[in-house]
Amino acid sequence: MTNTSSPVIAVRGLGKSFGKLEVLTGIDLDLMPGEVLGVIGPSGSGKSTLIRCLNMMEQPTSGSLTFQGRAVSAKFRGRGGAIGTGELRRKVGMVFQHFNLFPHLSVLGNITAGPVKVLGEPVAKAEAHAMDLLGQVGLADKAQAFPAHLSGGQKQRVAIARALAMRPEVLLLDEVTSALDPELVGEVLAVIRRLAEAGMTMVLVTHEMGFAADVASRVLFMEAGRIAEQGSAEQILRNPTSERLRAFLSRFHS
Amino acid sequence: MTYHWDFYTVLQSFDLLIWGVWTTFLYTVGSILIGIVVGLASCFARLSRFWWLRLLSRSYQELFRCTPLLVQILWAYYALPMLLGISISNTTAGLLTLSLYVGSFYAEIFRGGILAVDKGQREASAAIGMSGVQSMRYIIMPQAIKNMLPAFINQSVIQLKNTSLLYAISLAELTYMTSVVTSETYRPLEAYSMAAILYFAMLFPLTQVADHYERRMRRSD
Repeated sequence: MTNTSSPVIAVRGLGKSFGKLEVLTGIDLDLMPGEVLGVIGPSGSGKSTLIRCLNMMEQPTSGSLTFQGRAVSAKFRGRGGAIGTGELRRKVGMVFQHFNLFPHLSVLGNITAGPVKVLGEPVAKAEAHAMDLLGQVGLADKAQAFPAHLSGGQKQRVAIARALAMRPEVLLLDEVTSALDPELVGEVLAVIRRLAEAGMTMVLVTHEMGFAADVASRVLFMEAGRIAEQGSAEQILRNPTSERLRAFLSRFHS
Repeated sequence: MTYHWDFYTVLQSFDLLIWGVWTTFLYTVGSILIGIVVGLASCFARLSRFWWLRLLSRSYQELFRCTPLLVQILWAYYALPMLLGISISNTTAGLLTLSLYVGSFYAEIFRGGILAVDKGQREASAAIGMSGVQSMRYIIMPQAIKNMLPAFINQSVIQLKNTSLLYAISLAELTYMTSVVTSETYRPLEAYSMAAILYFAMLFPLTQVADHYERRMRRSD
């Protein structure tokens, strides 16, 4: 049973610059177990960079990041009490906007690659777990198919199953429906909703305001590399206070 | 003035030509195998995070790509022994030079194949906790090999033709053996025509295989 009073991921004064370009500044954030954090904001506001810092796909240039109280190291193997990126990414999974499935492996191969090669699980056990996850995302019949033969929505559901196969404690979803045809978005959101209901800790960068309102317990509005506003989904999405947030939300029809 | 073709005389020394074919084949396969090892090493050195490894491999590649193979072969056989104070057989000089030469081209082909793999693949493999080595081994290389196969086969086919330059250091490959046959039969036209036919017979099936693979790759995209 996790300690519900301490954050899974804690961020203090996080900043990220690419050369002279400051993409993130002064980010303070506590991600609590079981919470679903929605991150919204205009293009270039730094939301993707922020979520990518949480599993060290981007290395912050300032500030600190801790996972379950342990400092996060930039190296693959952490030293002392620090957690290395190898271990961090086993516990913090990520699903990408462009799926990034492994084209040379079958759907089953994609999902079992992590458990078998990284966690050292026996193939039979990994495959059984993979079939279970495929059932949960509604794709049990596609186990032997290859990514090239799947629709966008199916690919993304496989990508979610692939991330879940590592039994992560946190799931990061980076605009996972933005590259999908509108009619395929629903099937992916349904999977995410079920995960939220099952208590998975998630960070969701999204443009689906209606979905964020439904599923997120807390929402961050980002602008120009900073957290401009944050609060419950109710506060941020239904009763926005700042002018900028209202202007941003008015562009969406939900 | 008409020329009287006489293949019969040349065909009597056919066993010498076949010896040349076999030697050509050995040097081709040998230099390709060593070249693959050298090429892989140079490729990964070029992609490494250590600047001196990158410099080393870049220098090696540029040296072998910017000098003629013939000059390299002659230098290895005549100049290198003087520099090192040891004797180098023509076999060693020939095989060494051919391997290093093709290795420098392979290194570029391998590097191109690896860089052509979508950046998202490295990210996705990292995101499930794979190390750089695991990612390269299970995710990147399998895809890179598919990318690089046409260029690799092409270069290997060219390598077979490159063995003819070993003639300059009297190695018994096909071109040299043809010159031996010519000096015995005084029939350069027939002898060198025979050599050309033999080279063609070796290379044509290989180019067809190369084309077949290229078509298959394009179809699977």
